[in-house]
Amino acid sequence: MILASNLIQPGFWPATAMIATIVLTSSTGEVLTAAAMKSMGDLDDIRARSGIRGAIRAVVTSPLFVAGIFFMAVAFFSLLFALNHMNLSLVGPAAASLTLVTNTIAAKLFLKENVDHRRWTAAVLVCIGVYFLAH
Amino acid sequence: MILAFVSVSVPLGDASLSRGMTSLPAISLTHPLTLIAAVFTPFIALGILLLIGYFASYLTALSWADLTYVMPATALGNVFVALLAHFWLHETISPLRWMGVALITIGVGFVAHGPASTTPPVNLPASTAQAEAGPAAGIIKKEQVR
Repeated sequence: MILASNLIQPGFWPATAMIATIVLTSSTGEVLTAAAMKSMGDLDDIRARSGIRGAIRAVVTSPLFVAGIFFMAVAFFSLLFALNHMNLSLVGPAAASLTLVTNTIAAKLFLKENVDHRRWTAAVLVCIGVYFLAH
Repeated sequence: MILAFVSVSVPLGDASLSRGMTSLPAISLTHPLTLIAAVFTPFIALGILLLIGYFASYLTALSWADLTYVMPATALGNVFVALLAHFWLHETISPLRWMGVALITIGVGFVAHGPASTTPPVNLPASTAQAEAGPAAGIIKKEQVR
């Protein structure tokens, strides 16, 4: 991080806006992608039936997957932009831990996953763990 | 195996991206195309290759497991990096970071004990083995294979 220490750190609100953009766009992308993968079934079974090309075709022709990739691309370029202004040690853990929480909420609401106490506990423990690990 | 690759490739890819982006001059919102040019620098390209490998594994995992199951499992990558830094690079890890390692490990243990998927599988012929064995049978079998 010797190179990163030369960065001029942005203020609170610009930093928050950059991290919020990464979190929201990546969460949207991940939920859309998860919905796409869930709707097409086990990829190993598809590969066994129609080969690796068939599996790739099944994935890339899914509209949900394309929408997911779009949001992930926006999240990725937001991450590049943020890394150009802030240290990875701030952006990485902040975005990773917050995305975990927004993903869990979105998975329950939109993917109808059964987020029981065990999974909520896991999400919160991992979220705090990622935060501690970064400080 | 798939989840292990997912865990390791993300921190390596992110570190590579960070190294590449911080070595570039500051990019402003008024010249967004410079972000595209950044993609072709060596560290950014390596980071992107690692993240493509991660993404293929991640998609395969999502096709048979819930998002809320795959996510904590991939967070194990942070633990791998901390352990590598300590035992290989002999870096000092503060008590707070060890606590982070412990919390992530316990969190992953929590989800790993539960089922990988809580939503019904799709694209399976309804009249075949699934109907005979019950909807959970396919998922349990898949988990045993992993």
